[in-house]
Amino acid sequence: MTTSVQSNRSDTGVALRMTGISKSFGPVQALFDVSFTVRAGTVHALVGENGAGKSTLVKILAGVYQPDEGLIEIHQKPYTFDKPEQALTVGVSMIYQDLDLAEHLTVAENVFLGNEPAGILPFTVDYKAMVKRTAELAKSFNFDIDPTAVVSELPTGDCQVAAIIKALTRKASIIVMDEPTSSLSETEVARLFEVVRRLRIKGISVIYISHRLEEIIGLADDVTVLRDGKVVHSESVTKLDIAQIIRYMVGRELTEFFPARDVKPGDVRVSVNNLSSDRRIRDISFNIRSGEIVGMAGLVGAGRTEVARAIFGVDKKASGSIVLDNKELSINSPADAISNGIALLTEDRKRTGLCLGLACSWNVTIASLGLIGMKRIINPAKENKIAADVGAQLSIKWLSPQAPVDSLSGGNQQKLLIARWLLAKSKFMIFDEPTRGIDVGAKKEVYSLLNRLAEQGKAILFISSELGELFGITDRILVMRRGRLVGNLKTSETTQEEVMHLAAVETN
Amino acid sequence: MSKFARQLLPFGSLTLIICILSALKPDTFLTMENFMNVLRRSSVNGIIAIGMTSIIISAGIDLSVGSMLALSGMVGAYAMVTMGGSDPQGSALVVGTVLGGVVGIICGFLNGVLVTKLKLQPFIVTLGTMSVFRGISYVMNNGQPYNVPSYKYLGEGIVLGIPISVVIFAVIIAIAGFLLRYSRLGRYTYAIGSNRVAAFHAGVNVDRNLIYIYTFTGLLVGIASMIATSRTVSAQPTAGIALELDIIASVVIGGASLAGGRGTITGTIIGTLLISVLRNGCTLLGISTHVQLIVIGMIIILAVAVDQLARTKTREVQA
Repeated sequence: MTTSVQSNRSDTGVALRMTGISKSFGPVQALFDVSFTVRAGTVHALVGENGAGKSTLVKILAGVYQPDEGLIEIHQKPYTFDKPEQALTVGVSMIYQDLDLAEHLTVAENVFLGNEPAGILPFTVDYKAMVKRTAELAKSFNFDIDPTAVVSELPTGDCQVAAIIKALTRKASIIVMDEPTSSLSETEVARLFEVVRRLRIKGISVIYISHRLEEIIGLADDVTVLRDGKVVHSESVTKLDIAQIIRYMVGRELTEFFPARDVKPGDVRVSVNNLSSDRRIRDISFNIRSGEIVGMAGLVGAGRTEVARAIFGVDKKASGSIVLDNKELSINSPADAISNGIALLTEDRKRTGLCLGLACSWNVTIASLGLIGMKRIINPAKENKIAADVGAQLSIKWLSPQAPVDSLSGGNQQKLLIARWLLAKSKFMIFDEPTRGIDVGAKKEVYSLLNRLAEQGKAILFISSELGELFGITDRILVMRRGRLVGNLKTSETTQEEVMHLAAVETN
Repeated sequence: MSKFARQLLPFGSLTLIICILSALKPDTFLTMENFMNVLRRSSVNGIIAIGMTSIIISAGIDLSVGSMLALSGMVGAYAMVTMGGSDPQGSALVVGTVLGGVVGIICGFLNGVLVTKLKLQPFIVTLGTMSVFRGISYVMNNGQPYNVPSYKYLGEGIVLGIPISVVIFAVIIAIAGFLLRYSRLGRYTYAIGSNRVAAFHAGVNVDRNLIYIYTFTGLLVGIASMIATSRTVSAQPTAGIALELDIIASVVIGGASLAGGRGTITGTIIGTLLISVLRNGCTLLGISTHVQLIVIGMIIILAVAVDQLARTKTREVQA
């Protein structure tokens, strides 16, 4: 019996074949001639660093983006999708990280959302049928879930099962799961794996995107590695080990993209001791010297941003201390942090960084009105001049300092936020993913800016998901995994493979 | 359409309405007396609208201003009557006036604290306090007004040929305009309204600034309330019912966005005058107050629709 299932799995045909897919967004080429084949009834892992093109590829499959070139075949039939609904009708379902469920509805209502069975009277819905069919589906796959439970009261793992059942009612034969385990506990992960295995037994193909490589080894049949928008390797998992996958993921050349660093780190400026917060970071300790750029690596959800938030006073500290220039600081809010000389360039420019409708100059000066002699009364002429000066220093391209900040490109918005912290005379600067979503030229400028700040003796913490840039610019790299600091390595004495291994692989 | 031209829009409409009315009723509309009358009527609403502008810029709302107006007036007049008997004079009037302002401050402060410390939506908080303040106003004298026959100065007094209430209005315009444009509090008001989370990350003490804004508005309501009390020489527990709607309308017609981050004192004053002139014109033309409601409602929708259209056009040009 087992053998017949096995042979069935390898012999059944191809569920999905994407051939020669290319896609660019403006000047940025996200995918080059990518070919990707998924066998029916298999779990196919899609791995790669952030920005490698995984999301773009699956969004093309789901009809969210249109490819510039290339062909999509599903069960040997070619398709072009203009809209996500079309992908659904031929059996492609996406399960996104945030799940897309209506929180206040029940599991059954979510499963049939937009697809409700009609009741006897016009404009009514047959709730009983919804609950019954949801229960039947759940039972046929051996999923344990209550169809009448309200989604917002369920643990994340159950919500995922609900999303999967929703996909199954739409006759999904290919299910894409994007980082499904990033917010799950260990037991929920084990349960999800069981669910995925049952899908496989029923002949459904699962495309599984994850950064957690040990999961992939344990769960997937095949793995495809993307790097810089190209497929670098595609093979059966049994023929690979974690080290090889990591090598395929990071094997990129370091070019002269990064500024030459010529800073001798001085004395310790910052020490963070035994920092813990309610948001899952535990016992974090590290030092940063003056002029030193310290990188922080880790997977999505490892707690890197939470470290920054705890230092900057956004989240409450449960315990621990922060010492800057031999003075222990008491920080309860960003205002405290700023007045003590700490800056945080947040990872989400639009949500936590900019006041989008307001003038550039206002956005630049907001954190330092007291410092530039405008404690009580603002002098707009002087303010404009100060903003124009710091803008020129960072070569920010704006029409004028009074232009609204949403008229700027992403790179220029990012530089504007850096200008904010230059003006605030920060001594310890935390940069959380400062190059995310900006073009190559702007990235290069951000790197040389970091270097210049280090030369001025500032202590810099540089959080990034791109190992390439961490290795290009930092003196040391801290590695986070699941809320803890698991590595503190000299950049010159480590390798991308070692960092990735520490970040992605459970050691105990 | 440029930013300047957009701000010109409400001003243009105001001018147009004035021209039409002047042509239709030159002998009654176009007189100094009528002009002062409109300004005097505008001053109470205008003073409150200035506070509301700051709240709306911060992405909040205050529905309780009408009830707050009644409560401040009732407490102020109660103090006058208690100190000075049935026809209070002199110091009793002064004490009552100050107390009215203080009640406004307390009410505004309460709104601010509830909004920030309990993290409730301003709409809900002020919907609740609207009812509470109104209830207290009724309970105070069993639904009856307090009469203060000699309390005439704020309502009828004149300095240099200009009604006192108009002078107070002008002074408040100057102070509020300055604060909003040139003070840190004003700057932070725009920042909080534009993106509260970002403002917090940039070191703005969001809670404290919001409490200031709501308290400031309370003070302005208190002042407006005493002017209104003086004009009718009595404090009515029914004063200011549905006033919040007129006030919010003035602010929105003046170009402020209920989504926050946008609005000016100048715009709000034009919005206030627009509604006052319209009401005045309708009355002069013999249009009933019932029909006036219809006209004003349509103007509000029209003003916001045109503003929004202009905004989309601008964005298309930029893109």
